[in-house]
Amino acid sequence: MIDVLQSIIPTALFFSAPLIFTALGGVFSERSGVVNIGLEGLMVMGAFVGIVFNLTFADALGGWTPWISIIVATFVGAIFSIIHAVASVSFRADQVVSGVAINFLALGLGVYLTKQWYGKGQTEMVSQPFFSNDIPFLSDIPIIGPMFFKGVYTTSYIAILFAVIAWYILYKTPFGLRLRSVGEHPMAADTNGINVYKMRYIAVIISGALGGLGGSVFALTIASNFSHSTIVGQGFISLAAVIFGKWHPLGALGAALFFGLAQSLSVVSSSVPFLASVPDIFLLIAPYVLTILALAGFIGRADAPKANGVPYIKGTR
Amino acid sequence: MSSSHRLFSVLIPIISVLLGLIAGAVIMLLSGYNPITGYAALWRGAFGDAYTIGETIRRSTPYILSGLAVAFAFRANLFNIGAEGQVIVGWLAAVWVGISVEAPMVIHLPLAILAAALAGALWGFIPGLLKAKLGVHEVIVTIMMNYIALYSTNEIIRNVLTDHKTTTESIHESASMASEWLGSITFFSRLHYGILLALFIAIIIWFLIDRTTIGYELKAVGFNPHASKYAGMNVSKNIILAMVISGALGGLAGAMEGLGTYGNISVMSGFSNIGFDGIAVALLGANTPLGVVIAAFLFGTLKEGAGEMPTGAGIPTELVDVIIAIIIFFVASSYIIRWALLRFKGGKSK
Repeated sequence: MIDVLQSIIPTALFFSAPLIFTALGGVFSERSGVVNIGLEGLMVMGAFVGIVFNLTFADALGGWTPWISIIVATFVGAIFSIIHAVASVSFRADQVVSGVAINFLALGLGVYLTKQWYGKGQTEMVSQPFFSNDIPFLSDIPIIGPMFFKGVYTTSYIAILFAVIAWYILYKTPFGLRLRSVGEHPMAADTNGINVYKMRYIAVIISGALGGLGGSVFALTIASNFSHSTIVGQGFISLAAVIFGKWHPLGALGAALFFGLAQSLSVVSSSVPFLASVPDIFLLIAPYVLTILALAGFIGRADAPKANGVPYIKGTR
Repeated sequence: MSSSHRLFSVLIPIISVLLGLIAGAVIMLLSGYNPITGYAALWRGAFGDAYTIGETIRRSTPYILSGLAVAFAFRANLFNIGAEGQVIVGWLAAVWVGISVEAPMVIHLPLAILAAALAGALWGFIPGLLKAKLGVHEVIVTIMMNYIALYSTNEIIRNVLTDHKTTTESIHESASMASEWLGSITFFSRLHYGILLALFIAIIIWFLIDRTTIGYELKAVGFNPHASKYAGMNVSKNIILAMVISGALGGLAGAMEGLGTYGNISVMSGFSNIGFDGIAVALLGANTPLGVVIAAFLFGTLKEGAGEMPTGAGIPTELVDVIIAIIIFFVASSYIIRWALLRFKGGKSK
């Protein structure tokens, strides 16, 4: 049993990290009242930028390359998400449609530029991805050490740390209270002097930053190159994690860890005796089925922020 | 009011397409291509000869149906992002019946088409039921249903329809919509009878929406479920019905690929995008059957023409995806176009 956990947990953490980052982005955006179906596209953008930056500057930056790559991808993700913010906050576009367009645009641009710059549909493998490492001292603890601290990626722990920070920001700071109030009742928030548009812009841009970060972490830990099939559904799984986690940062963290586990099970199941008999298909569709069940209220009620998806028009009742 | 409304509903799609094409030209210029050469290649790729014209119509065929699927749900104020999943299960069901049943064509072909529609309808029924009975938002459920469709279909292809292969065998001749006649007049393109079916269904949907009680109730429930309930309509039933019909249309779009173009189904690494493009088609077509048909041909043209851009002008085909995304943005942001138009009009009259 312990052997099994020692092989599953590091893999689950490994698969969860990109989902956690992106899901946290989704929580910020949706808490402010802007539905973000575009998480998938934001991840695509992040993955693309992360890989391209890494390939271009690997020689100059050496061991720092993956770190700087994800920072750059975070910035580009933030900038890219402004499109979604402009469309859904200022232009009052249907937020779902705008999100769909983000997904199309990110993938289109990413593959277009890849072909333009590299002459083919996929990039080379990066020479400076993230590598797993053992955390000193902690990995020597018996049982728990190999489970949580041996052969892990630092990014996984940063992701968990980010979830705690996101929880603190959203629930313990005035900024977080304002952000949530804008998503629940924008008119009341407006009456209290909160700038609804500004808050929503900020929230969407944060979601873009975290989506870009998630995409680049996925690219530099799991995929190692960029093509049209690098990000297939991770953004939507993250969206599922937002809902499954009931729009709460720590809930999203738990859901993302759980979905990461489900993904990792389909990878390691062959080496785990009692899972080898479970067909992969059930593990593959588990996150999606569970999300539907959660929404249907079979696993506790999941209620969206009240004003989620509704453009705010000043002066209407 | 209503005449200006009608004017806008025609003007906004046209302006959006123009802005999308202009943006595409700007991108071509920025990346060092000649936009005129680029668009000329696109035109040749779509209408260069009889073969490409046939292929353009062939490619537009499933878009008509997936566009109708999304548009039909939109009319009942439901957002069916799940057209993609419905296309996939419809494709699978059609091929499944096409392979495993032996019957004369008059029975076999309608049976295969019906199977596709039923599979799609089932995929629409689940989110419809959850929406109607539990108030679960259909957008999220349909997104999740897409992935369930994708992975389940791949699994069935690998382990049920074949023995760990990635492509099924071809359907029997008696279930095929392939047409020697249509192929021969278009220089052996894969144009098939599906286009006639798609256009026929567009007419039926127009009739259903605009000329029947069912359509009236669906629209009423979409506008205001409370008022409709007060007027004695069964809101739940109408929501479910709208999703079921929408899903069936998505399934039929899958049948076009399964019984017409390919005659088989392969394991998919990602989505076919026929359903997602259907969203764009529906939006651009202002959710009317005629609009959808026109928009479907526009998208079919762009997508088919894109195939010529790499060879004809050295431009990656994905440029067209970017153009389509930009078109969707502008259609979605119609508020700002309307505002600009009103400004422009107001400025002139003063």
